[in-house]
Formats: sequence, structure tokens, C-alpha cells
Amino acid sequence: MSADTVPVTGWGRTSPTAARPIRLRSYEEAVAAVRGCGARGGIPRGLGRAYGDAAQNAGGAVFDMTALRRVHAIDAEGGTVLCDAGVSLHRLMQVLLPLGWFVPVAPGTRHVTVGGAIGADVHGNNHHVSGSFSRHVLSFELLTADGEIRTVRRGTPLFDATTGGMGLTGMILTATIRFQPVETSLMSVDTERARDLDDLMVRLTTGDRGYRYSVAWIDLLARGAATGRAVLTRGDHAPLEALRTPGRLAAGTRARRDPLAFRPPRFPAPPAFLPEGLVNRRTVGLFNELWYRKAPRARTGRLQRISAFFHPLDGVPHWNRIYGRGGVVQYQFVVGHGQEEALRRIVRRVSGRRCPSFLAVLKRFGDADPGWLSFPVPGWTLALDIPAGLPGLGTLLDELDEEVAAAGGRVHLAQDSRLRPDLLAAMYPRLDDFRALRAELDPRGVFTSDLSRRLTL
Amino acid sequence: MKDAFGIPQSLLVLGGTSEIALATVRRLVVRRTRTVWLAGRPSPGLESAATELRALGAEVRTLAFDALDPESHEAVLGKVFAEGDIDMVLLAFGILGDQAHDEREPVAAVRVAQTNYTGAVSAGLVSARALQTQGHGSLVVLSSVAGERARRADFIYGSSKAGLDVFAQGLGDALHGTGVHVMVVRPGFVRSRMTAGLEEAPLATTPEAVATAIELGLRRRSETVWVPGALRVVMSAVRHLPRALVRRLPL
Ligand SMILES: Cc1cc2nc3c(=O)[nH]c(=O)nc-3n(C[C@H](O)[C@H](O)[C@H](O)COP(=O)(O)OP(=O)(O)OC[C@H]3O[C@@H](n4cnc5c(N)ncnc54)[C@H](O)[C@@H]3O)c2cc1C
Ligand SMILES: NC(=O)c1ccc[n+]([C@@H]2O[C@H](COP(=O)([O-])OP(=O)(O)OC[C@H]3O[C@@H](n4cnc5c(N)ncnc54)[C@H](OP(=O)(O)O)[C@@H]3O)[C@@H](O)[C@H]2O)c1
Repeated sequence: MSADTVPVTGWGRTSPTAARPIRLRSYEEAVAAVRGCGARGGIPRGLGRAYGDAAQNAGGAVFDMTALRRVHAIDAEGGTVLCDAGVSLHRLMQVLLPLGWFVPVAPGTRHVTVGGAIGADVHGNNHHVSGSFSRHVLSFELLTADGEIRTVRRGTPLFDATTGGMGLTGMILTATIRFQPVETSLMSVDTERARDLDDLMVRLTTGDRGYRYSVAWIDLLARGAATGRAVLTRGDHAPLEALRTPGRLAAGTRARRDPLAFRPPRFPAPPAFLPEGLVNRRTVGLFNELWYRKAPRARTGRLQRISAFFHPLDGVPHWNRIYGRGGVVQYQFVVGHGQEEALRRIVRRVSGRRCPSFLAVLKRFGDADPGWLSFPVPGWTLALDIPAGLPGLGTLLDELDEEVAAAGGRVHLAQDSRLRPDLLAAMYPRLDDFRALRAELDPRGVFTSDLSRRLTL
Repeated sequence: MKDAFGIPQSLLVLGGTSEIALATVRRLVVRRTRTVWLAGRPSPGLESAATELRALGAEVRTLAFDALDPESHEAVLGKVFAEGDIDMVLLAFGILGDQAHDEREPVAAVRVAQTNYTGAVSAGLVSARALQTQGHGSLVVLSSVAGERARRADFIYGSSKAGLDVFAQGLGDALHGTGVHVMVVRPGFVRSRMTAGLEEAPLATTPEAVATAIELGLRRRSETVWVPGALRVVMSAVRHLPRALVRRLPL
């Protein structure tokens, strides 16, 4: 037993495998680690927020990128930033919000690294307007299997293979990203309830273009006529003048003195060992019911902090512990416009099976970006968290895959921990190009992960 | 690689004609498993087991493996692991022996011990090392309730399973934190070739039920699995019964 291996999992805490963690403190160390990583290769790992096995590498090395976290240069006029790949979006918000710039795309947690955001080409609730993360990346430096560092620019095959390439084309060391300007750190938010799935789809289809951010939380435990009932929140960054409008901010609020403040709250973490079964139909049903009931039928223009709007879960560290030892599976898929019937069938199926899924998230994607394995394509995307221990879950998800693939859709590889490999080519038509590029760039398979082994990427 | 539910994509069976093992493989192939190695003593039975699994869509290969020849294990199993990762090893070989006959013929009794215990120690250690190098995988060991408490009717077999059981438990502890998971499966009376013609014990079960329990155990990453589950309670009571009583029980 070599003493220097540790068990590694993704955020879902399923399928632990052992690997040698190597914390990289400089680019030189990175080059040396890649050159000397051994027969089972290595994989870059950011903050481990991918739910599945993307940042694991059984028997090999896991390159911990989080010590490479310098912000090298900020162009405060034009809003571009050059930083290390191990910098988190949280850190970038702390640094850039006070200067009036916000990350171009914010996934459901801000505790992800720039490398992870590019590697999984993450999307946020503004996808229909802003596309995925890679759209705002001007270039990056990539350490490839041969130990060389290349500057990779937009519009090149290596750029498109790497954005969404799950760390398998090489290690991103730095990136230049364009931020978006904001006047305040508050969001102006409209909330409405949708009584069922069809009502929700109509509201999303007709209303989304009026908002920069849009997301719906669906209660998948609701059945019958209420199947797919949801709370829809949409909004945009609040302009400075909104803070001056009488009545919208409580008097003396700090935001008026410091409109660009960023002070997310932090709550205690759940204990390390919780029994399984805490997340069950009863607890989830109750939570979803309360969530739906407490949401206003319709309310406009409420001011909310950025952290509350984008990342309500980030205040609680290690919240994934509530799923106990068995862990959680996240299932996220997208099906194109015109495939609404497939979406309805899937929602009905999940509701019918009474999966205890806290608030599933539905949104409409806009135009796709060119990443070969980038997940978003125009259409409907649904994401659900389900306890991995739910009996029959594996088979249910396999059936959903068939439905998704038949509708020309796909699942998100950053979340995946269980897809059947033979469906992958149908879901990602550029898969062969990806494999060919890898075979040429990295013939020995230096960059390898549990995900790449499982799906033969 | 195993998926989030512990289902392997590649599987090595030691004792490739075992009915319990084959019921398990069928179940796993239906879910995910694509590559299957059936290791065992060459026989038409081994080949027909492979053919049957191919019909389910698996890619199956057979190889000659004899539990009674530990010297060969390193080389034989090494070849399998050299071809690619094995997500799960199912250690299924074993013989029941014939208690009355084996008491009279110690050489036959030793054969039971050598197959079930010595052979498993060797194959178990070789497999464990390979799994550890990979950094992942499950080693599933078919033990037996017979190893829990000595019984007049089968203590030669029982003692070999007791040795195997303790060995597998210890191996599981040694491998804790290495990414390798060792699962000890303790079935009661299973209706299979091994028990054909014997009088059924209470709580008798089927190879399919053992397969179901193994799939569940993989998902939960269990360390011990009893089949049927009720045996966990029954045997914890039996373990504490006075010997004088056990001697007289119709077990
Ligand atoms: C609560 C929650 C909400 C989420 N919401 C969203 C969402 O809304 N939209 C979305 O798209 N995703 C979402 N995700 C998924 C998450 O954004 C991605 O998995 C992201 O990649 C995680 O970043 P990380 O730094 O933690 O990377 P890790 O999880 O450590 O790694 C993820 C992948 O990126 C690769 N990678 C990491 N660093 C580098 C590098 N320097 N160079 C090359 N490759 C690298 C890894 O090899 C791996 O393949 C969510 C996850 C959670 C837990
Ligand atoms: N059936 C039960 O009631 C029961 C209960 C508890 C535990 N178990 C255990 O479960 C396991 C499987 O049993 P089963 O019911 O499936 O019985 P089975 O069908 O008789 O299987 C036994 C297997 O062991 C193999 N084997 C025997 N000696 C071997 C050797 N020297 N080298 C290689 N392989 C050898 C046999 O292969 P051949 O084809 O070459 O003979 C056969 O594949 C055994 O370990 C058994 O002890 C069984």
C-alpha cells in the first residue's frame, strides 16, 4: 500500500477511488509533475465541484490546482482579467465586484476554479443571453502531455477541444477572461409561480428575453395536475438608481453607502457523518411544499444580494453531507427546442417515481458555443439531485438517457457519474474529433481520469 | 470503472461455472458490465457459461485457473490485469466436500481446506494487489454462514470458510482507504449444484437472491452481506448459544 494515495470523490461522493494528490505551487512544478506522472497518468482538479468522477484518477495522480491562485492583471477599464486557473470564481468576485465587474457566467456555486469552469465549459442562468463560460475566455495557457506550454486562442481546434474537454487535453495554467460591467452588487429580481409544467414552459418561452438571468425551480414531487409546478425567478443586475428609488431599500442599508459590497453569509457545515435517508420523500416533499407556498404568486423588482440570488447553497459549506455516506447523483440533460414532449415525459416519469429531488432546476439555453464536448445546446435543460441510494435509480436514469438520446439531447459530463458509454457518441457528435485530437496530442494518455476511463473519452 | 451505483464495467470471476457467480454476472451484464473474464478449470461447462453470457451482449473470455495451484495464480491473473482495469473480482470457487467421507479420508478433507482457504488466500492476495495498483475495484468473496459456528454436519467445509471469512475481513481492513472495497458475502443454504440432493436448511435461498444482494451491497459499498438478510440476526443469536445446545440442534 503506498502511503501517499488518498481516496478521492466528486461533489456527489459516489465511487471513491485512490490517487496520489500533487499540489502544484508553480508552473515549473506543474511541468515536472506532468512529465513524471507515471503509467496511470494524471488529471487536473480544481475545487472538486463536479458531481461525478471527472476530477478523479484511480491509481494515478490528481493535480491539485488550487495553490495556483494569483490574479496577474486586471484591466479595470475594459474588464479583462488574466489569472491562474486555480483561482476560484468566489475570489474573482471579491476582487472585481468592488471595481464594478462581475463574472460573465456564474454556475450554481461560485466555489469553482477558472480551470474547472473552462474544463466543464460551465453555464449559468444567463445562458440564453451570454452563452457558456468559454464565450468570455479570450485565451489560455495550456500545459500539454509533452510537457510544453502553449498559448491557445479562440477559434482554434485546441481551444474548442479544451473548453468542455474535462481536463483531458491538458492543464490550463492561466486564462484571460472578459468580465461584465455592473453598477451594484445587488440583483433586481422578479418572482412568479407557475402552476404546472406547461404553464412554466409558456412563461419561460415568452418572458426570458426580457431578463439577463432566468431560472425555474420545479417541485418534482408534485403530482397530478400540479406536475411540474415551479417558482420562476428572473432578474438583472440592479442599476445604481434602483438603490436610490425610495422604498426599495431599507433605510440605512449598507448597500446605499457601498453599492458594490460583496459579503456573502456563511453558516455552519452539517456534521461529517450523517445517517443515510435524511433526504427522503417526506423531508423533500415538505421542503418543496414550503418553498412553493412561501414564494409570492408574482412580485417584481425585489432587491437581492448577488450571493442570495446565484448561490443560496454556498452559504452552507459541505452541504452535500446531508445525503449521508451513499452520496448524491446529479442528473442534468438538455433536449432541443421542439422536444417539449420528451421533456414532459421525463418530468412525468420522475414525478411518477416519487424521486426525492430537492427542487429541480429548469432553464432554457440559448445558442451553443463551439466546444466539442461543451454541454449546452439550444433547448430545455433540467437538473436534479437524487440520493444515490434510491432503489431503482440506476435503471430509471438509464431509461431517461434513452429518452434524452432519442430526442437528440445529451447529459452534462461534469455532473455525470453513471452514463452508459455507448450513448455518448449519439449525445456528442464531435466525440470522434475529440478522441482523434487526444490520440495525437497525448498518445500515452498522460491526461486520464476516471470519467475518461469509464466513458472511453 | 464502476458507476455511481457500484456496478462494474469489467468483471473477473474466479470459479467461472459457479451458479451463484453466473446469476450475479447475468444481473450485472443487464445493468452495465461489458467485459467478463471467466476463470476456472477448463470444461465444456465453462465454455457454455461464456456462450450464454455473450448472448446477453457481454464480451466474455475464459481462462484456465485452478485454485489448487497457487504457484500459478500470479501469472494467470497477472495476464488478465495486464489487459486492462478490472472493476470487480468475484471470488466464487469452493467445494463442499462430503463430511462423512472426508472425516475418514483426511487427504480429501485437506482438499476442501486447500481449495476454499489456501487457494482463496493466494488468489485473494494476488487480486488485491492488482486492484490496489489500479486504485479502485471491489473484491467480492463468497464466504458462508457455515463459517460462523461449527456444526457437526459440515465442520470441515465450515472451518475452511471460517478461515476464508476472517482472511477477507482482514484484507478489507488492510485495504481501507486504498480505493479497493472488499465485500464478504455470507449466504445460507443456496439451491445450486453444490447443494443438489441435500436436505434444505431453513431460510434456503437461490443464486438469484444472492445476486440481488450482491448488487445492493455494491451500491452501498457494504463490507458484509448476509443472504437472506434475516440470517444476520439469526446467526448473531446462534453464535451465542451454548455448545451443548448447538450439538443437539438440527442445523
Ligand atoms: C452546487 C453546484 C452547482 C453547480 N451548478 C452548475 C451550473 O449551474 N452550471 C454548470 O455548468 N455546472 C454546475 N456545476 C458543476 C461545476 O460548475 C463544474 O463541475 C465545475 O467544473 C467545477 O469546477 P471545479 O473547479 O470544482 O473543478 P473540478 O470539479 O475539480 O473539475 C472539473 C473538471 O474540470 C477539469 N479541470 C479543473 N481544473 C482544470 C485545469 N486547471 N485545467 C484543465 N482542466 C481542469 C477537471 O479535470 C475536471 O474534468 C455545479 C456544481 C455544484 C456542486
Ligand atoms: N450453494 C450454497 O448453498 C452455498 C452457500 C454458501 C456459500 N456458498 C459458496 O458460494 C460459492 C459458489 O457456490 P455455488 O453454489 O455457485 O456452487 P457451484 O456452482 O458448485 O460453484 C463452485 C465453483 O467452484 C469451482 N471450483 C471448485 N474447485 C475449484 C478449483 N480447484 N479451481 C477452480 N475452481 C474450482 C467450480 O468449478 P468446476 O466447474 O471446475 O467444478 C465451480 O465453478 C462457493 O464458494 C460456495 O462455497 C455456496
